[in-house]
Amino acid sequence: MQRYVMAIDQGTTSTRCIVFDFRGRLNAVVQREHRHHFPRPGWVEHDAEAIWRDVQRIVPETLNQAGIAVDQVSALGIANQRETTVLWDRHTGATVGRAIGWEDTRTQALVDELAAVPGAEQVNTRCGLPISSYFSAPKIRWMLDHVPGLRERAETGDILFGTMDSWLVWQLTGGPDGGVHVTDVSNASRTLLMDLRTLSWDDELLSFFDVPKAMLPQIRSSTGDYGRTTTAVPGIPITAVLGDQHAALFGQTCFAAGEAKCTYGTGSFLLLNTGAEPVRSTHGLLTTVGFQIGDEPAVYALEGSIAVTGSLVQWLRDQLGIIGSAPEIETLARTVSDNGGCYIVPAFSGLLAPHWRGEARGVIAGLTSYINRGHLARAVLEATAWQTKDVVEAMNADSGLELNMLRVDGGMTANHLLMQFLADVLDVPVVRPMVSETVSLGAAYAAGLAAGVWPDLHGLRANWHRAGQWLPNMAAEHRQAEYENWQRAVELTFGWIKS
Amino acid sequence: MPGAVQSIERAAAILRLLAHGSGPLGVGEIAGSLGLAKGTAHGILRTLQGVGFVEQDKTTGKYQLGSALLHLGTSYLDVNELRSRASNWADSLASRCNEAVWIGAPLQGQVLVVHHVFRPDDTAQALEIGSLLPPHATALGKVLLAYDAGLLSAVVRTGSLEPFTWRTITDPKTLKRAVSTVREIGWAGETEERELGRASIAAPIRGSGGLVVGAIGVAGARERICDAKGRHDAAMVDHVLRAARAISRDLGG
Repeated sequence: MQRYVMAIDQGTTSTRCIVFDFRGRLNAVVQREHRHHFPRPGWVEHDAEAIWRDVQRIVPETLNQAGIAVDQVSALGIANQRETTVLWDRHTGATVGRAIGWEDTRTQALVDELAAVPGAEQVNTRCGLPISSYFSAPKIRWMLDHVPGLRERAETGDILFGTMDSWLVWQLTGGPDGGVHVTDVSNASRTLLMDLRTLSWDDELLSFFDVPKAMLPQIRSSTGDYGRTTTAVPGIPITAVLGDQHAALFGQTCFAAGEAKCTYGTGSFLLLNTGAEPVRSTHGLLTTVGFQIGDEPAVYALEGSIAVTGSLVQWLRDQLGIIGSAPEIETLARTVSDNGGCYIVPAFSGLLAPHWRGEARGVIAGLTSYINRGHLARAVLEATAWQTKDVVEAMNADSGLELNMLRVDGGMTANHLLMQFLADVLDVPVVRPMVSETVSLGAAYAAGLAAGVWPDLHGLRANWHRAGQWLPNMAAEHRQAEYENWQRAVELTFGWIKS
Repeated sequence: MPGAVQSIERAAAILRLLAHGSGPLGVGEIAGSLGLAKGTAHGILRTLQGVGFVEQDKTTGKYQLGSALLHLGTSYLDVNELRSRASNWADSLASRCNEAVWIGAPLQGQVLVVHHVFRPDDTAQALEIGSLLPPHATALGKVLLAYDAGLLSAVVRTGSLEPFTWRTITDPKTLKRAVSTVREIGWAGETEERELGRASIAAPIRGSGGLVVGAIGVAGARERICDAKGRHDAAMVDHVLRAARAISRDLGG
């Protein structure tokens, strides 16, 4: 009987269920988009109950599409959007309002207040993250502060907290009727509440953010026995849980220190495996758990998040109307041979890694009457490559490891011009793997590894194949001159919003 | 001679009306000007909108000529769009056949390589995106010749079909016969016609209305692509046809 591994990818815009065969080939995929709620400026909410209903629908549909029976599924892995915060009632499964999304900035005032508390710098030392509205702790605190009576119920453990992984595992394993309340180290490392070294909830951090321990899930290794599904399609062992970018790192088989991947979507996330030791960043990167396999020591990673990459192309399409579809940007960019001296820095809502300048706003620098639409298109694509270079330079400086190849995935990897330019400016080969669904693949790999579908990491590496590779082909002096121009353009964005 | 198709005549009249340049028109104005029922005019407008010949203003609901009309003379489907839309299917074809996958589109009498996926064996390979292939000596090219009469006559008109190997088709009549076979069976094969020891298989990618916008195929060592008798591997042909159909379906073809 042919065996399969299933992955659920609960993402920011949609939830997908994918079935892979034992060679890691995609067999069936079903996806459902969910609604985002924007009740006020800066607020972003998800309906966690609706997402759970989506999961209950797509899992059987995927089995149906693959034409396989439940008992052919050896394992289920879950990958999820990180940091998004769900609170629910342990006894009924009813959520406390809607989940607060990772990009929600309602906690900015609270975050500013907390960052000013004496000793706040200890937070970063313990958990590897800056105090920011992106992460879960301020979101939990906000709900406890704003929903009457909630804190008391949280202290007694009647109200549970979870990121999307915890919520789905709890529901899949029975919900109010014996559901398992757990999370994995990669998701827990994005809460601001976990000690990076002990991989457990840190009492100092809990008291700093004033979050009761009773409401938190148990932290587990990324792979292991998470229980069996009792609803949707009962009987599948859940054997892996990973945050989505961590799953992509795993799916790209970046198992060794020094291996890195970048996922190019609306924003982009570059993760570098730094091995068994957490590397403290002094260049604006996040220190995070990469993944942990069974009882083995955790593997750490440095992460560089870039807010605007693919969304800059969408901006050119939707706001300026210069192109009709996203891929057309390459056609337009090829009408000219260079950027004509023009640089676009898309600091639409500030800049993330490695600058962390919330007050920055975007610029188009170097405009002359010579610049046409083609130059703008080129500057748009180049912005993605230069922003990646900024993060890679910071990573090399922090880790002492010299990146020698970048593994890429995501929609923008179909852009041949961009991928070549990326190799040119990074001066390392850029490699695209055969399966572009690396988030789901990573969750499936981790789950299959735990269930014995694949014997070891070596077996997984054997499944990874190059689908394309771009080699650097740019003179060093030219690269340096262009990079200096880019850096000057970045400086122009600083300090635009007056505090 | 069969009679004129009324709906096409009406569509042409709508385009002429919009081209007069008096600004965008509402469906009622268009129906009134041409003496059509509003429902009929609306149906034709929706179809023209679907192929990009007219555009509807989101706020006023009025119609004007679409940008696709301006590009009628150039490419029908942007090649980068084709790569982006075909990418997942191309990857899946490469892993199923364990061969390199190529997607081609016609460009000035030649085959432009729009997309290239490595053979998944991790040997050293270089991306050939952007290079040009000879239509008469490749499976991709034969597919494009089969469904593009303009390309066929351009290739034949040059007079000399370059011989790459002793098996290259150099006689225009033989080439015409070969491409008519492609039209009959729906796919093209090539064996050592471009390079000794190599073979390829390709099938058409169709856009909306069934227009062939490109070709997708696999290429590799002859002994892997063909059986002992020199016939193209039936399972591989099937995979190529399925991938071509899947992409065509996504493109609305």
